[in-house]
Amino acid sequence: MSAKNKEPRFYISKRADVDRKTAWIIRITAILISLIVCGIVTMICTGDNPISIFATIFKGAFGTQRKAWITLQYVAVLLIISLALTPAFKMQFWNVGGEGQILMGGLAAAACMITLENKLPNAVVILLMIVTSLFAGAVWGVIPAICKALWNTNETLSTLMMNYIATQIVAFYTIVWEVPKGSGKIGIINQNSNIGWLPNFGNKYLLSIVVAAIVTAGMYIYLKYTKQGYEISVVGESLNTARYVGIKVEQVIVRTMLISGALCGLAGLLLVGGINHTITTTITNGQGFTAVMVSWLAKFHPIGMIFTSLLIIFMDRGASEISTTFELNQSFADILTGIILFFIIGCEFFIRYEVKIRKDSGKENA
Amino acid sequence: MKRFKKIMSSVLLASMMLSSVACSSQSENGSSANATTAAADANGSGEKATEAAGSDKKAASDLKVGFIFLHDENSTYDLNFIEAATRACEEAGVTAVFKTNIPEGQECYEAACELADAGCSIVFADSFGHEDYMIEAAKEYPEVQFCHATGTKAHTEGLSNYHNAFATIFEGRYLAGIAAGMKLNEMIESGAITEDQAKMGYIGAYTYAEVISGYTSFFLGARSVCPSTTMEVTFTGSWYDETAEKEGANKLIENGCVLISQHADSMGAPTACEKAGVPDVSYNGSTASACPNTFIVSSKIDWAPYYAYIIDSVENGTEIATDWTGTLETGSVVLTELGTAAAEGTADAIAKAEEDLKSGAVHVFDTNTFTVDGAALTSYMADVDTDADYTADTEVIKDGYFDESGEGFRSAPYFDLKIDGITLLDTAF
Repeated sequence: MSAKNKEPRFYISKRADVDRKTAWIIRITAILISLIVCGIVTMICTGDNPISIFATIFKGAFGTQRKAWITLQYVAVLLIISLALTPAFKMQFWNVGGEGQILMGGLAAAACMITLENKLPNAVVILLMIVTSLFAGAVWGVIPAICKALWNTNETLSTLMMNYIATQIVAFYTIVWEVPKGSGKIGIINQNSNIGWLPNFGNKYLLSIVVAAIVTAGMYIYLKYTKQGYEISVVGESLNTARYVGIKVEQVIVRTMLISGALCGLAGLLLVGGINHTITTTITNGQGFTAVMVSWLAKFHPIGMIFTSLLIIFMDRGASEISTTFELNQSFADILTGIILFFIIGCEFFIRYEVKIRKDSGKENA
Repeated sequence: MKRFKKIMSSVLLASMMLSSVACSSQSENGSSANATTAAADANGSGEKATEAAGSDKKAASDLKVGFIFLHDENSTYDLNFIEAATRACEEAGVTAVFKTNIPEGQECYEAACELADAGCSIVFADSFGHEDYMIEAAKEYPEVQFCHATGTKAHTEGLSNYHNAFATIFEGRYLAGIAAGMKLNEMIESGAITEDQAKMGYIGAYTYAEVISGYTSFFLGARSVCPSTTMEVTFTGSWYDETAEKEGANKLIENGCVLISQHADSMGAPTACEKAGVPDVSYNGSTASACPNTFIVSSKIDWAPYYAYIIDSVENGTEIATDWTGTLETGSVVLTELGTAAAEGTADAIAKAEEDLKSGAVHVFDTNTFTVDGAALTSYMADVDTDADYTADTEVIKDGYFDESGEGFRSAPYFDLKIDGITLLDTAF
């Protein structure tokens, strides 16, 4: 009898309704635990005390004025990309083609800078860069959307594959425009004339931050208060409901991917015209994928994404500062980031599900 | 790390799709099993800035020198710089600050500025693509000296605090080529190959002057001792691509190349040679420990003399040369110990050739030793001043030889001729 009744002491059940407060408590706890684990791992490896380790993380992201600006700039770019992917995700269209859309936007900007240098005044070149890079990103985003709308193709695959095409196109033009010949790199475009360099306001980091702020506010309003934003969430909730209430689903898909792709193109424009002033196949640095995580962790909420992108960049820069200061290999920063992400992502499980302890087990034995 | 994040994103994505499909089901077993569905790793752009504060051993002076490296010590190219920097700074008693894994983009500019902010009097970068970003930083910090290896723009940029440096590594390659030629002779004598089969293979990164200069000098070195030598060259389109370099080596070996050398930074080619049992002349340092049976010799640039020179210049307030060219005399061009695969008498042959090069009796690019399209070269205009149109601007043939890294020109190579006897298999890059 007693053997038959032996049930596990812990069991898992789905939370009926998670209020925001509980969810955030779980998340913050997870981050704290991850920091503690990082501290322990670092202590074992370096023998330093955890307080100095956490101070180093902070110093890596905000230690000097320049570091703080760079951190904010990185956050801004990642945030724009995340915001770009969000409307697509909200309608359950899994756009993992951010990389390609950014690259195409960046390539369009670079093409304007290189080919129009001595032909048109700077202001016109910049205007053309803005138009073409938004357009190029939008085109790259809308091709899978049209395929999805017309033939119901799997967008995850098609957007992903479009990345590789974009990478190879950029690789091709890198060889076309390389300076000097045979070197396989373009280098800073118009380094002396500065044609096509996006203007600085204040300092050279501020432009991306301002653009990110505008995009965040715009996306928040668009998703929350406009008819189109509402249509996106209805399509995301249920295709049949959307059709039933007369929403043209195909049209929403195409329109939303135009926006998503154009915003990725904008990120490409900032990377090429505002920050790097060159184009390479690795200019996106994997952020088209990182942004998936940023957007998802924030539950597709634009304001929440400010914090999730800040968190990821902060940890990234902090972790590499640790490996610097304590003279460890770059791999150590990877280990720390891995630990942190493990906890952050793992905690989502505890937000959805609850671990309960069986209270009555003692009674039954008696 | 970026790769890791890509995978994480894919896991998330997989779980998102899963939950959207089965949101009402009571599945409780997580979603990690679906992690493999969308492995979205594009091309492994695992580049990420680390900063590695160098060991501040007993600093005799309070001078700080900042170093920017493209990769870390896992790349033979960067390892060569890192070792030399550590040694030179220790000897001079100055503090070194290392930043490794700095990509050739805005990150380089930021790293250079951070080093200048941190009080470095000299900032050095090791990769060709860093140049433009170093120039940007040099404009912003006129009181800091910016030194860049392998760059081409210092002599035209007109910045007093921006400098290029390189070494006459073509002489080192020529000497390594002699070791290769000796090995070919040994194979011919032992009957392993016939004279016509003395074909070498070479894996280059890009069809860039530095690479062309390198394989041509290597080839001329080999042909100076083994006249029937020919060579095939393939290009990978990357300075560091282990798979492509390995495949390149295998392809050349299949084509009948009996000896391999390379100008790319991974261990791809040397390990492929070790596996196939084909002798290899490597670059940037000895690969004897990984390839004990096939390693012949390796040429490399020793950067320590340059570091000593710039540290000394800054300490004494003297000007750093706009273009500094290290040579055999300055100890900048060196060969490693010979490997077990080297033929008998190689050491003597190299020593003799080294003497001839030093005395000026022999020039690597002597126009009597090679032809271009069947004709000897009497005049050649090279693109010494870098510009987007590759304008040939400078006469570089003098006294019967091609004056590579010549006095008054620039330190970085500009030899870009395709000489007879060398077959380029692909020139896409």
